[in-house]
Amino acid sequence: MSQTTAAPRRHVVAAVGEIPPGGRKLVEVAGRRVVVFNLDGEFFALGDRCPHQGGSLAAGCVTGHVSSPGPGEYSYSRRGEMVRCPWHYWEFDIRTGRSRFDPNRVRTRRYEARVEAGAALRDAVALPEGPYRAETFAVRVEDDYVVVDA
Amino acid sequence: MPAGLRAIDCDVHPMVPAMSALAPYLDEFWRDQVVERGITQLDSQSWPINAPKTIRADWRDEKGRGASTVSALQTQALEPFGADLAILNPLYGVQMVLNADMAVAFTRALNDWIRAEWLDRDPRLRASIVLPLQDIGAAVAEIERLAPDRRFVQALVLAMGDAPLGKREFWPVYEACVRHGLPLGVHAGSAYRHPQTSVGWTSWYLEEYVANQQAFQSQLASLITEGALGKFPGMKVVLLESGVTWLPAFLWRLGKTWKGVRFEVPWVDRAPAELVRDQVRLTVQPFDAPEDDPGAVQRILDHLRSEDMLLWASDWPHWQFDGDAAVPPGFPASTLPKLLRDNALATYDRLRGEEGSQ
Repeated sequence: MSQTTAAPRRHVVAAVGEIPPGGRKLVEVAGRRVVVFNLDGEFFALGDRCPHQGGSLAAGCVTGHVSSPGPGEYSYSRRGEMVRCPWHYWEFDIRTGRSRFDPNRVRTRRYEARVEAGAALRDAVALPEGPYRAETFAVRVEDDYVVVDA
Repeated sequence: MPAGLRAIDCDVHPMVPAMSALAPYLDEFWRDQVVERGITQLDSQSWPINAPKTIRADWRDEKGRGASTVSALQTQALEPFGADLAILNPLYGVQMVLNADMAVAFTRALNDWIRAEWLDRDPRLRASIVLPLQDIGAAVAEIERLAPDRRFVQALVLAMGDAPLGKREFWPVYEACVRHGLPLGVHAGSAYRHPQTSVGWTSWYLEEYVANQQAFQSQLASLITEGALGKFPGMKVVLLESGVTWLPAFLWRLGKTWKGVRFEVPWVDRAPAELVRDQVRLTVQPFDAPEDDPGAVQRILDHLRSEDMLLWASDWPHWQFDGDAAVPPGFPASTLPKLLRDNALATYDRLRGEEGSQ
């Protein structure tokens, strides 16, 4: 990716309670649409743009990972960890952004996401920008927040 | 035909002159049944004898038939085209027979006729084992019966049969093919269990001949999506008389759609085009392309991303070309060694290491 050469900045995108396990939130950071997923308390952030034709992954079906040792056999695992683009159903691994059908060549951008304590964030982060400014909120020392590097 | 390439002709069609020719190869019961029931011919509607394509005009005998003797094959195809080996694919209508016991008896007789009256008479000849798919167990048994004779190099079915070829009911056949090093040949033609198109019965020969292309596409989609190609990675599938050039666009559509609904067929863990490049081969008579566009063939090869997939065939006695122009025009000279010989050797296990010997 060559969109930026500057070091990524931390962006507070949500209070932890806003994105429950299995949930997701579409945010805008550094001018880019990013969809943030909560997988059982771990947070992952993907560019909200399918590399095929730009469909919004935030609007896609979240599903599991199905593979097969042979015809007629379905190995279903990692429930809730794959997202399908709503336009042509391309599947992406929420943890890596890689497509299922061609993981090395077809992937959506992945951003670092994590939880940080409000006390550690105060005065140190960029606030959300852009059309989602309405969601701007004050960082409180006693709460935890989801932070995305972008 | 370029000199020195020792071509292998991967699709020629001996034609059974009449049921009476098979009589010596039937047991007494069926031999009498053929007479008592008045079964004189099994010519298939897929290849009407008088249709111009069925037998090239200068290859017809005084009765309008042809392709019924080894000497005809020798003088009309092997010698003028310089083939070193040729694979016999009989298209007599045994697949149309509804009575499975009769079908098995007739198919065995057809295979034995090929062995005795063709293979035994010219060491350059090889043949496909025609399969009686009316009874899967019998089809496997027919492979087992004939596979010890290594002049049988392939198993042969029609593009339009009872059910899509990827279905698991056919897998014992594929298991036997792999065990014996026999590719599965799929030839244009119908057993007439279903309309020749997915929208219904055709009215004309023209419509039906062209519809074979849809059948090949459906069979390829079935073999891939049912997981048959993946289950038997050692199996080659040879599409015979398919027309070839529909393939890239079809693979594009299949692959594009697979990317979105892969989860439906999770055993298809590679792009369909990759499976096809590894396991599917096609004979090049006919080769559907404009003759006045010298770049067309190269573009098709570019789209296929492979020069290993195509096998030369004359399709004798079908009328696909005039004179000795048995190689479709437009193939770059650099592709001919593979097209005419090397690809066939790579496809047919049983041709390797024993070319020209019995």
